[in-house]
Amino acid sequence: MLDVSILEQKAKEIRIDVIKSLKEAGSGHLGASLGLADIFTVLYFYELHHKAGVSDWHARDRLILSIGHAAPVLYVSLAHSGYFHPDELKTLRKLGSRLQGHPALCYKLPGVETTSGSLGHGLSIAVGMAISMIIDKTSHKVYCILGDGELQEGSVWEAAMSAAHYKLDNLVAIVDRNEVQIDGNTSEVMDIENLEEKWLGFGWDVLECNGNDIADIIKSFNIAREKTKPVVIIAHTKMGKGVPEIEGNYKWHGKVPNSKQAEKFIDAIINT
Amino acid sequence: MKQYETKEFKDTRSGFGAALHELGKINDNVIALCADLTGSLKMDAFAKDFPERFVQTGIAEANMMSVAAGLSITGKIPFAGTFANFATGRVYDQIRQSIAYSNKNVKICASHAGITLGEDGATHQILEDIGLMKMLPNMILINPCDYNQTYMATMAIAEYEGPVYLRFGRPKVPNFTNIDEKFEIGKAIVLKEGSDLSIFATGHLVWEAIEATKVLEEKGISVELINIHTIKPLDAQTILKSVAKTNAVVTAEEHMMNGGLGDSIAQLLVLEKPAPMEYVAINDTFGESGKPADLMKKYGLSAENIIAAAERVIKRKK
Ligand SMILES: [Mg+2]
Repeated sequence: MLDVSILEQKAKEIRIDVIKSLKEAGSGHLGASLGLADIFTVLYFYELHHKAGVSDWHARDRLILSIGHAAPVLYVSLAHSGYFHPDELKTLRKLGSRLQGHPALCYKLPGVETTSGSLGHGLSIAVGMAISMIIDKTSHKVYCILGDGELQEGSVWEAAMSAAHYKLDNLVAIVDRNEVQIDGNTSEVMDIENLEEKWLGFGWDVLECNGNDIADIIKSFNIAREKTKPVVIIAHTKMGKGVPEIEGNYKWHGKVPNSKQAEKFIDAIINT
Repeated sequence: MKQYETKEFKDTRSGFGAALHELGKINDNVIALCADLTGSLKMDAFAKDFPERFVQTGIAEANMMSVAAGLSITGKIPFAGTFANFATGRVYDQIRQSIAYSNKNVKICASHAGITLGEDGATHQILEDIGLMKMLPNMILINPCDYNQTYMATMAIAEYEGPVYLRFGRPKVPNFTNIDEKFEIGKAIVLKEGSDLSIFATGHLVWEAIEATKVLEEKGISVELINIHTIKPLDAQTILKSVAKTNAVVTAEEHMMNGGLGDSIAQLLVLEKPAPMEYVAINDTFGESGKPADLMKKYGLSAENIIAAAERVIKRKK
């Protein structure tokens, strides 16, 4: 029987290391990494078939982080999974580091599956991987994490169309639906509703969940795994989740805490 | 010197298509992608015989380039084909991040490059693609001159691990290189040795340069003619060796003067061996509708323009 509380504890640890590494870096994006911590916890400690010691294991599931600015939560999740020593998290964004500001394949950090940063590429890359797996008749899956603001990029919908056309039943997209982006609320910057109907119209199956509720995320993945066409999970999250004083505040998209704030934020996470 | 004669007229894109089909037979990892231009790119034979390894993306080039990147990350060798216009400017960001920066083994196969695309006009006649692609670190840039060389280049890039931009064209042009001639990425081919002047030509302009060379030789000018099929990396050694001998340079290409082969050679010479130099290229203007041969004449890309440039540069030599 799965103990959800163990994963909840893991998500807290990931949030704490996200805060620590961003404080150390002195720049970066805190909001999305905190908001995605629960989804990353479920992915790396429940859902994905992967082997940290064998990052090129051919039968692994692939995780594509299309919103590269959420790199910290990816790096922390990889370190906690054993892909590299957590000490390396301190090098985030520093000269010579494998932990680039946005994930970059060419630095060969174990566990990083693609380069991202410029938005709207990831779902297409995931489609390419999924097609490749079908050609090779393998049964593993590709997971792709998209931002909700990112859905304003037209190339995402080119990718969505092709995934349905090629009946990619090995592809799961997760939309980080935090309803905010750099300039404000998505509804004001450029409304992306009706989101469910959009994906349905593009030929996908659609699930919705609370992306900050471990049990609900697990439930969604359990259903998604059985689907016979591409499926998107619209995961409602809060930017900055875990730190009540910044939750939902779009101004924390591209900000990092100073030492004092970091201490306070970490206390808040421990005490919830 | 070797004699180069027109035995037949063939389009370079068909050389690409034939080689791609051959690659389909001999390499299971080769995947072809196309954005609704399968016939124009001559990819139909591959699509017909290897349907499970052909990915039609529809009119969605951005998706095609990133899908190709995804295929390469999982070990495939994707050949993504469309018109040069849509294979570069339209998808620059996809190429930059997911192919060049990621250093992935994607072959960007760009047909209908340059002004010889012809009647469709300037919307489709890209003359900036060499500049765009050569600025990208990791990108190899190849612009073969005829059917046979395009065939050989296509076979060669499948063996090379890394991003490649392969540029070819639409019209039927003289097919004059030997199909057995070895194609080495980054190695220029000296077509004729000479002592008064070096002509460095690429793509469709190589044949024009051969025609020009015949006339110049009759006028008593000894021409060294070199086919630069690989624009990046540039064969600096061969170029410098030739210029050391001739101290006069003409470059010829079906591309904008800004950012093309001429600029690459000028940069090399400025740093290593300054010499009088003339460009045969398009001078900061868009093209227009017309027959390929007429456009080549009107926009200054014919053998006559190479001859005139040669005479100018010889005068500047002293
Ligand atoms: Mg958002």
